[in-house]
This record gives sequence, C-alpha cells and structure tokens, in this order.
Amino acid sequence: MTIELNDYLFVSGLLFAIGFFGVLLRRNTLVIYMCLELMLNAVNLALVAFSRFHNSMDGNLFVFFIISVAAAEVAVGLAIIVALYRKRQTVMVEELAELRN
Amino acid sequence: MSDFLFYLFAALTVLSAFLVTVSRNPVNGAMYMIASFVGMAALFLLLEAYFLAALQVLVYAGAVMVLFLFIIMLLDAEKGRTIRPNRLTTAASTVGGLLLVLGLVYFTLGDSAAPATPLPAVTELPKDVTPDNIPYTTSSRSYGYGLFTKYMLPFQVTGFLLLIAMVGVIVLSKRLDASGDQAPAKTGGLES
Repeated sequence: MTIELNDYLFVSGLLFAIGFFGVLLRRNTLVIYMCLELMLNAVNLALVAFSRFHNSMDGNLFVFFIISVAAAEVAVGLAIIVALYRKRQTVMVEELAELRN
Repeated sequence: MSDFLFYLFAALTVLSAFLVTVSRNPVNGAMYMIASFVGMAALFLLLEAYFLAALQVLVYAGAVMVLFLFIIMLLDAEKGRTIRPNRLTTAASTVGGLLLVLGLVYFTLGDSAAPATPLPAVTELPKDVTPDNIPYTTSSRSYGYGLFTKYMLPFQVTGFLLLIAMVGVIVLSKRLDASGDQAPAKTGGLES
C-alpha cells in the first residue's frame, strides 16, 4: 500500500482537530496561541500535499506566504500578551473578562 | 521504506501536537511543539518540498518557538497557580474535537477523486515555463520564479505587512509617558 493524498489530508485534519481542541480546552493565553500555530501548520501540510499531488507550485507559494504572515502574527500577538500582563498581572482567560458585564 | 517514514513522522507530529494541548507546564508544551514542527518538516521532505522543510525548521522551530519560550519564561506564567478547566469546558472541547475528527474520517476514508500517486517531481524548472502554469519542482529557483512573476503583488504586500508588524510591536511594547494612557513605572519591573 502506498501513501496517497488522502493520508496526508487525514494527518493534516487530525492536527487541525487537535489544535482546535487545545484552543477550546486550555485557559492559558500562551498555550492557546501555540495551538493556533498548530492549526496554521496543519493547513500548511494540506496545501503542500495538494500542490505535490496536482503537480503545481501554487500551494507551496501559499505556504511561503502563510509562514511569513504567521511569523508577523506571532510577534504582534506576543507583544499584546506582554502588554496585557503588564496591566493585569495574568494571562489566564478566566481572569480577563472585563467585557462580560 | 517511504511508507514507514510517513507513518513514523505522522505519528511523531500528531502525538507531540496532542501533548502540547494536555501538558500542564507551558514550557513542556513549547518543547513538544518544537518536536511537532520538526516532524512536520520531515513530512514536507517526504513531499519533496525541500525549501519549505528548511523554512519550517528555521522560522517555526527556530524563531517562533524561541520567541514563545522567551515570553513564557519572562512572564513566569505558571507561578504555582493553574486553573483547571471545568468539566463543561472539557466535555465541550472534546465533543467539538471529536466532531471534527468524525467529519474528517467520513471525508477521507470514503472513495474520492483525489489522485493516488503523484507525478515524479522534476528537479529543475523547465525552460518553457509560463507564470500561469508553474510545475512542481524541487528546486528553490521555482519559488523565486513564482514569487517574482505570478505572486509579485502579494509578495510586496507581505513585505509591507512585516514592516507594519514590526512598527506595531515596537508601539505595543513601548511604555507610554505621562501624556499617554499608561504612566511609567517608578521602580521599574512589571508592576504599574
């Protein structure tokens, strides 16, 4: 049995589901952020697999853009978390609920 | 042999990704995350995307995770207090994740029109290539060709985005003076 496109898509979807699960489950903003990165990576794998099996370079170039945007996003998001910690002394989402009332 | 490598690295990636979501300590989570990214780079190698595999290790496992570890250690987020997720959250997230997996199994295990075997990848960009149809090659030259012909505008927009992100990070992490919202801390440190 040889490895097909479906196998790569299965791994990619499984990673996406795990990242989704982590985003819902965890209470620490930093860990939630890491799980978001996991989901982005899962999409990268799907794009590369599609581009490989359809003999086209476009998916790989999309992954290139996704990686650069993710790097920028991580820098900005972590700066926001640090600013939040400076003001509130916490990174737990339970304690960051001003907008609730 | 290639099949075995696929199963090995797919298991490594998925397992360490799962350990990220359940590990109590964020530093351990970051370490598992690095393992997951390296496994993903190996999967890219199996798909013959060598340039992206190198980029994955350099940008994700290198730069991004170092940034994460740096912030985790700087904030010292787990100072003896961890909020356990309550039972409702655990149940809801498990059900949500399982629903995704279920849909995934339904779509990927059924018969599909997806091509089963890839064409053998060429190592060099062919001479008669046009920007509309760039074939899959393993050379990094084809990335450059694609970026500077078909994706010229997105490439420049990405560069501009990186500049904006840099300026934004500087603005966000700068302490504002008396005219701003936040007064400078007298004693330094993190209290304000």
